[in-house]
Amino acid sequence: KSSVQTIGEEQIQNPYTELLVLKGHQDIVRFLVQIDDCRFASAGDDGIVFLWNAQTGEKLFELHGHTHKITAIAAFSSSDASEEKKHLILTASADRTVIVWDCSSGRQVQKVSCFHSTVKCLTVLQRLDVWLSGGSDLCVWNRKLDLLCKTSHLTDAGISALVELPKNCIAAAVGRELIIFRLVASNDGSEGWNVLEVKRLVDHQDNILSLVSVNDLTFVTGSHVGELIVWDALDWTKQASECNFWDSSVHPDVQPEIKLSQSPNETSVQHLTSDEECVFAAVGKGIYVYNLQMKRVIACQRTAHDSSVLHIERLPNRQLISCSEDGSVRIWELREKQQLPAEPVPTGFFNMWGFGRVNKQANQAAKKMQENTPVYFLELVGDLIGHSSAVQMFLYFGELGLATCSADHLIILWKDGERESRLRSLTLFQKLAKNGDLQLK
Amino acid sequence: MISAPDVVAFTREEELEDELCSEPPLPEEYSVPLFPFASHGANPWAKVASSKFTRDFILISEFSEQVGPQPLLTIPNDAKVSGTFDLNYFSLRIMSVDYQASFVGHPPGSAYPKLNFVEDSKVVLGDSKEGAFAYVHHLTLYDLEARGFVRPFCMAYISADEHKIMQQFQELSAEFSKASECLKTGNRKAFANELEKKLKDLDYTRTVLHNETEIQKKANDKGYYTTQAIEKANELASVEKSIIEHQDLLKQIRSYPYRKLKRSDFHPYEPECALDQANTGCDQDLTTSDLAEPGETQLYAHVPSYTPKLIKAKSAKCFDKKLKTLEELCDIYFFTQTLDQLHQIERTFRGDVCYLLTDQISRALLKQQSVTNFLFEDVSFLDEKPPEKQYRGCQGLSQDAIDRKCSEESPAPKVVISLGSYKSSVECVPIKMEQEIEDSQEPKMTESITFEHQENLDYLDADIKGSISSGESIEVLGTEKSASGLTKSESQASLPVSPSPQVGRSKVGSRRTVSEDSIEVLSTCPSESLIPEDFKASYPSAINEEPYVDDEEGGLHFTPKLNPDNADEQEDISKPENLVQVDSACCIGKESPNFLEPLPDLGQKPCNEDGVVRIPPQPYRQVEPGLRGSFGSFPSHDGISGGLLPYELDSRYLTGSREVSKSSLDECSDSTSYISSAASTCSDRTPSPAHLTCQASERHKKKAGQNALRFIRQYPFAHPAIYSLLSGRTLIVLGEEEAIVKKLVTALSIFVPNCGIYAKPVKHWVTSPLHVVDFQKWKLIGLQRVVSPAGVNVLHALSRYSRYVSILDADSKTLRCPLYKGTLVSRLADHRTQIKRGSTYYMHVQSILTQLCSKAFLFTFCHHLHLPISEREPEESVVNRRMNFLKLQLGLANEDIKIVQYLAELLKLQYIQEPGQGVNPLLRFDYVPSFLYKI
Repeated sequence: KSSVQTIGEEQIQNPYTELLVLKGHQDIVRFLVQIDDCRFASAGDDGIVFLWNAQTGEKLFELHGHTHKITAIAAFSSSDASEEKKHLILTASADRTVIVWDCSSGRQVQKVSCFHSTVKCLTVLQRLDVWLSGGSDLCVWNRKLDLLCKTSHLTDAGISALVELPKNCIAAAVGRELIIFRLVASNDGSEGWNVLEVKRLVDHQDNILSLVSVNDLTFVTGSHVGELIVWDALDWTKQASECNFWDSSVHPDVQPEIKLSQSPNETSVQHLTSDEECVFAAVGKGIYVYNLQMKRVIACQRTAHDSSVLHIERLPNRQLISCSEDGSVRIWELREKQQLPAEPVPTGFFNMWGFGRVNKQANQAAKKMQENTPVYFLELVGDLIGHSSAVQMFLYFGELGLATCSADHLIILWKDGERESRLRSLTLFQKLAKNGDLQLK
Repeated sequence: MISAPDVVAFTREEELEDELCSEPPLPEEYSVPLFPFASHGANPWAKVASSKFTRDFILISEFSEQVGPQPLLTIPNDAKVSGTFDLNYFSLRIMSVDYQASFVGHPPGSAYPKLNFVEDSKVVLGDSKEGAFAYVHHLTLYDLEARGFVRPFCMAYISADEHKIMQQFQELSAEFSKASECLKTGNRKAFANELEKKLKDLDYTRTVLHNETEIQKKANDKGYYTTQAIEKANELASVEKSIIEHQDLLKQIRSYPYRKLKRSDFHPYEPECALDQANTGCDQDLTTSDLAEPGETQLYAHVPSYTPKLIKAKSAKCFDKKLKTLEELCDIYFFTQTLDQLHQIERTFRGDVCYLLTDQISRALLKQQSVTNFLFEDVSFLDEKPPEKQYRGCQGLSQDAIDRKCSEESPAPKVVISLGSYKSSVECVPIKMEQEIEDSQEPKMTESITFEHQENLDYLDADIKGSISSGESIEVLGTEKSASGLTKSESQASLPVSPSPQVGRSKVGSRRTVSEDSIEVLSTCPSESLIPEDFKASYPSAINEEPYVDDEEGGLHFTPKLNPDNADEQEDISKPENLVQVDSACCIGKESPNFLEPLPDLGQKPCNEDGVVRIPPQPYRQVEPGLRGSFGSFPSHDGISGGLLPYELDSRYLTGSREVSKSSLDECSDSTSYISSAASTCSDRTPSPAHLTCQASERHKKKAGQNALRFIRQYPFAHPAIYSLLSGRTLIVLGEEEAIVKKLVTALSIFVPNCGIYAKPVKHWVTSPLHVVDFQKWKLIGLQRVVSPAGVNVLHALSRYSRYVSILDADSKTLRCPLYKGTLVSRLADHRTQIKRGSTYYMHVQSILTQLCSKAFLFTFCHHLHLPISEREPEESVVNRRMNFLKLQLGLANEDIKIVQYLAELLKLQYIQEPGQGVNPLLRFDYVPSFLYKI
């Protein structure tokens, strides 16, 4: 029996009371990328890129060009102050091409197909107006898609993650290694760049799955076996590391049999996100909050979902959203310990159908947790159930809502019903005024 | 939803009075006038003994050039229907009313025969002896072999109830026009085809003759022509002339524009194959290359497969030849289409007139609720085009005109006085149909109009007297215009009365004396004919001198200024308050000397903007010997330039038609009218169906109502279930047996608000696991419960999405859904209700839902409830104001608020939806706990 915390059907704090299903993809949707305030792109295994309006859910463009599944996507907005802002997106695919799309016209700008392997990650260095593609080697491109420089062949497995560091440095995760590259202006004076390998860090025991930059001084990596290492971004030294997420000594509330059944899958750091104070890690089925100051985990939800958490995001209002392979999206709030958690409202439904879970265990777990070291705890404030398969990723659009994409080929836009209702009223009265129906007749 | 059938059935007077005392009065539109003969103990629904047929029927007759008027067929095609009714006699009567002059032949002004594209005429005719009243629709079909190329036909809707004919005139006219249009389209096609074949024959003949002549020329070396050769040359010349004539005819028939057909998307052209097989009649080779598009050019596409044959140059008129049947005259496809249309007319108008009226009133009122009516109304009901729109003449009827119609009365026949120039024994009796908007209850005795024009007065006086006294007279109370291409000699005044407010009730007021053996032609003129040209054409002299004829000039005055440039003025005029008054009572028709002059200029202007090809008929006409009485005519003015006339008319046409279509006509009356026998009757006792499209849904409503009644009686938790539906939470009916589930779904479907003007969001039967997309699309779902691994999936999906759905388990009789503590649903679904019948309960539900809709409408469209009054106003105060309005002003309690809020969201979505886009399928939900209800 798992001890997943559940929430009743009464979710006062959950603002999402309206949903829009966006249909279009024919396979798993893996990536969502924000283009501007109200547009986003989605891509996945069907090789098609869709552009959507996040407010209306309108499908803006359907971009065809890749013949295989899409492996990476990045937005690239022009920095030219003179022209109006031009939005581009870059997509890399398993067909070993990268295509640049124009978001305003929906047309393919250019296609690069000189890669020797699939590009697995794309990063835009806005400051330098270049972008990088990471496959079996690292290439640096400018806006016009000229190849500025590239590294030698690094590994067959390829670069799995890239992150920009200060002083024109880039950290690339290659298997278990973390390689730091530096871009240096080429000697011949033109806008060319050279890429130099500066350092190789081999502190991780297993493949590095996630790589995130916290601030100018720090970045964090997470590996498949649950190691979390905090690095200094300037001298690339290890500041702290945490590798005992699954260790019951840290969390005495965990029952021994769970510890025995640990498998690497359940401890892998799937995704990392951070704010100034904390790093939020999606580890296996759980969510952990690691405080950079205290250098320890301050709060955790060991079984936040029924299966692996795939993506987490920190919201401005101390909330955290996670999505998981179990098809659900959950909203958490980081609260201080003094506050007692609200009793989850029991529902008769699961019992009625006979395959639901009992909540008691979750409650017990929560109670035990309070006695423990963490000063904070994560409280479930809402869940969004709509997808029938793993939710791959989501995109938080502030008051516009939340877009989630899933293996069930769907994208769902979750919206605040109250706000939408008000907006519709506004539109209605604008239309009334436009039609002249407001005049008394 | 508005019409309550219970309202109609007051038969006893005291009962009615009691009702009136205790209950608030019915809305005016619904009050049924007391039956005028109730004091005699007559049952208003009793059948009139004098009618010899059991129910309404449609008769198609022809004025055959060989045998005279003859009935062709009846709809329904059942001998029982017409009973002992003498169809031959009645055909004679109705065909004799057809005054329309459709001259075809060689007008002296033109070189070739001209086709006259005659508009149909629509008259109402009554034969009190037979107890028959008829709407008669005359039309002309072309036949190359017929005299003058025309074959006059008529279609008549015959009923024992005069009031039905009068009140449904507009609708009948619209429907019959469609049928006629269909028939004529087919006929034009067949005619063109016939002409083509004839042309080929002629061409072939010419070639043969030409060759023969050449041979003779060669053989002939003597230098002079033999008589044989001269004969041949003459024959060749005549063939050539004939070719030119026929080519001209073909050009004319092809130039007939397709405007009507295009506008009234009335007939679906079926694919080529259908046409092919359908075509068995006259033109075997026509459709082979014909395309299914309703384009004129394609219709008359060239057909190469015809083998021409040698024909005699001189057209032999042989009277022993068999005339083409109606099927042959117009392509069989169109013929069947027409028959379908006529059958539909028969079905639509059968039954008691009050049912039809109530239905129409409801429709009219519903159309006004354009913002909310999509929520609970029948989709088919709303899809129907309002009858006005199918009406060419009503283009000018703007919204306010329609509004006015609704505020007044039913769309009653626009009784019209148009006094035609009859060549037969027809008398003109002006009747008065007065328009009173305020008071329509009291039928007024009307007065005969005073004709200021001295000359006319005398004539008319004589006429009126004549009509009353004559034993064999036909009263013509007005006719409709015929072709627009009338010349003066045949023109008639055709003056409209705008929707008369009291026609519904003022039947009494317009009674006419009916002598023993008379046929009354209570003619009416549809607004189609309300174009000022008609007036002007009718009063050529007056118009040319003064466009606005006043009373002194002949009993006609136009108050509006027909000013095409002044659009504002026009707007004013079109307002109901500024109704144009057009008085008219006059008849012309007696040829005055100057009318006998041919008008060459007119003849050269075959088209007006209307697109109608019109060729003025030959003014010369034989005055038929049987002409009784003389008709008034305007004094002829000299110096009329006939050529000027059409241009003048053209310039005024567009603006004028609009105004005049609203113009009211009164002051034409027969003061002594009284109807003796045509008391309001029900012409048959067949149940009155409304419209064909609604028939199926009518049955469905009844069934749904019954099932719903059963549901609310059987299930104590009906209220929360209905609340779920009304608040937009998908209700799933789960069960093993399909029949039981479907029955429940049908029952509950009447409570489901539509999300757009599409079909109801109801899915009767689903067997696969549900998904979030389904809840977005469907609001009521019947789901199969299977005891198998697949079934587990289905249930698992249900439990997963439990927050979006309410589940009614039909097998274990449980319901899982949110709590309902409101009051609204208990009125909607009271399990102790006294209502027994399904259709009545359906009506009850509809009326309460209408109330609900009006609340939702108010809520949606109150600006301050949704948006801040000032920019600085905080959102909370708006929310407070909103809740206060819902609770205090609308009197909603608890969950009822959510129902109105949901409906308001639907209204908003519908309103802000842009025409091109579909409604965004969004799913709204609440995080509320559900409870399990058991019996």
